[in-house]
Amino acid sequence: MTERVPILRIGDVLVVSIQFDLEDQTVLNLQEDLAEQIVARSARGVIIDITALEIVDSFVGRMLATIADVSRMLDARTVVVGMRPAVAITLVELGLSLGGVDTALDLEKGLARLRRSAQAADLA
Amino acid sequence: MSAPWSAGEEPRLLPVAHSSDVVQVRQLIRTLAQECRLSLVDQTKFITAASELARNTLVYGGGGTVRAGKAEKGGRRGVAAVFADEGPGIPDLELAMTDGWTSGGGLGLGLSGTRRLVDEFDLVTEVGVGTTITIVKWAR
Repeated sequence: MTERVPILRIGDVLVVSIQFDLEDQTVLNLQEDLAEQIVARSARGVIIDITALEIVDSFVGRMLATIADVSRMLDARTVVVGMRPAVAITLVELGLSLGGVDTALDLEKGLARLRRSAQAADLA
Repeated sequence: MSAPWSAGEEPRLLPVAHSSDVVQVRQLIRTLAQECRLSLVDQTKFITAASELARNTLVYGGGGTVRAGKAEKGGRRGVAAVFADEGPGIPDLELAMTDGWTSGGGLGLGLSGTRRLVDEFDLVTEVGVGTTITIVKWAR
């Protein structure tokens, strides 16, 4: 059986911390699990922490972009946090600059980003 | 191009038959890149390139093998990896090397992105016979 990445909840934010090198099937499972959990828990935000990831290849990069798009359609915002500098350089050189994906340097800044966008949405 | 293996160093051979093998390839390449003292950015680039090619071997080549080991040429040291499959081959190599081109399935970013991550990139392919790709990254 393929491993599954645990999804935690803080208030109305889902938090995923990827702690091990993911097999492609695990990446696909995470995508589906997150979409389900956003709806089941009425989440307004998703944080994906990739601090522990030494590399992000095109498969994982696409997963991040897909989760960002899917969550937007389900009325939630996604922020990817903790990308290593070498990973950012490699992704850009590979040709995957993740234009549609919000990022923050760490979990705290990611949560702050989600709070700000929630406030902006409430004011609108 | 045959891979410039270091004398006296036997390259390691890994199968690429299942998606968990791609994880094993990344781990082997990481170990080698660290042993060869590539910089952190160069390690990251080379492991990422290997991950892309291992997935290509699995998905497009129908599985195959990876040989990886320390490399040496003209006084330079580095790490090399050879991805080989006996799959359908690449009929239009020029198209396959076009930036951003991928033959569907939404996998990979084409080979051109991967090529940018390494110092040497050599591709031999024949329709109906298979594809062999050799990559090298030199320590600076």
